[in-house]
Amino acid sequence: MPQRHFDEELAELKTKLARMAGLAEDQIDKALTALVTRDTALACNVIERDHKVNALDVEIDESCIELLALHQPAAHDLRLVTTAMKLSTELERISDLAESICERAIELNEEPQLKPYIDIPRMGSLARVMVKESIDAFVKEDATLARKVIGDDDFVDDLMEQLFRELLSFMMENPHTISRAIRLSFIAKSLERVADHATNIAELVVYLVEGKIIRHTSPTVQP
Amino acid sequence: MIETAYTQDWPKPLKAESRNLSFSYGLGLAIKNLSVPIAEYQVTALIGPSGCGKSTFLRCFNRMHDLYPGTRYEGEILLYPDSRNLLARDVDPIEVRMRLAMVFQKPNPFPKSIYENVAYGLKVRGITDRRVLDEKVELALRSAALWEEVKDRLPAEGTSLSGGQQQRLCIARALATDPEMLLLDEPTSALDPIATASIEELLLDLKQRVTIMIVTHNMQQAARVSEWTAFMYLGELVEFGLTKQVFTNPSKKQTEDYITGRFG
Repeated sequence: MPQRHFDEELAELKTKLARMAGLAEDQIDKALTALVTRDTALACNVIERDHKVNALDVEIDESCIELLALHQPAAHDLRLVTTAMKLSTELERISDLAESICERAIELNEEPQLKPYIDIPRMGSLARVMVKESIDAFVKEDATLARKVIGDDDFVDDLMEQLFRELLSFMMENPHTISRAIRLSFIAKSLERVADHATNIAELVVYLVEGKIIRHTSPTVQP
Repeated sequence: MIETAYTQDWPKPLKAESRNLSFSYGLGLAIKNLSVPIAEYQVTALIGPSGCGKSTFLRCFNRMHDLYPGTRYEGEILLYPDSRNLLARDVDPIEVRMRLAMVFQKPNPFPKSIYENVAYGLKVRGITDRRVLDEKVELALRSAALWEEVKDRLPAEGTSLSGGQQQRLCIARALATDPEMLLLDEPTSALDPIATASIEELLLDLKQRVTIMIVTHNMQQAARVSEWTAFMYLGELVEFGLTKQVFTNPSKKQTEDYITGRFG
């Protein structure tokens, strides 16, 4: 099969997405470290770096619009370009959530630690693995791996429920913990959202590979 | 032998269908065992690389090949609702061409006036009443979206029109005898983008009253105007399905490679 120039442009698009994904993943990673090690400087660092992810989001969008206008892609090529547009939005949101986690972490660092962080890092690493695997699934166009990621979302949801109940008991026992407990539950919610975005990416991968739109079909997404 | 993929259910209702149609110009088969459904009042696009047999297939529908010696059909082409086999021995090709009108790649108006070009088929059918002719000519020209541009110059030569207008004149000529199907063989490949766009718009209007088959090399055109797409390769049908499915998620790799410009 002859290599088309267009293939190079598609490969370049994928490279850009992989770079953006690496950045977003790193943002989440550092945000969690900043929280657990109570490192305010690192948290500020993450917040500052968010604009890099935003810039890539814009750049990828522009590339996709250009590819659509100039090449009128069809079939798998078309699915790749439209998926890329949505995927970069998901990654941009993930980075936003990392930023939000850091803002809460900075606030938390101004008070003594409420409790040892156990469930939050667990949630965090689960969500991070989901992000990483959803991106791997995209790069390798692996629908099986993507479906695994979609299944993993339930674990993160369960952990968040558990954490939320625990924080509630803190708040009921001692109203002085409320501000910290609320900030921690915000963080838990952010991590749960990160996992949701990873799920969205995985659903996009299934569309890319199989041409089937599977989002909003799973019974687990019902409220 | 290519195993054909039918991406979706069969369309319905059908205006026509080929069943196990094979055709030969004498040496070897130009098309092999083709079974393609043609949905009524919709546009079916035939795509495929040069030499794949798509024009040959289209021409079978109005028995165009009968004009040359040594050609051979096998299988059948059924025209509904009367289930007439267009290839049957007792079928008059002239009758077939009345029911299925053809428009070619290059506009080919007769060296006659605009009016006479459109009235020609009606006169062949024996219509002589001037009032009836006037009415039908106007109607056909209106259907071909040409009336407003030529109503004041009907006696002018057909060839004096622009390329796009000439092609619409040929469509008007084809429509004048109220055919049931319109067969278009790359109808816009000799036209500029504006004339092309106006023909495409026209097809979308026309399909409300006539079933359309179009051969095109322009993938975007097939995607824009048709509901159904048949992809042919080496005289065989590779894939048949809803156009929107074929262009977003074809089921055969060969189709994918062709519509994305990887071969052909």
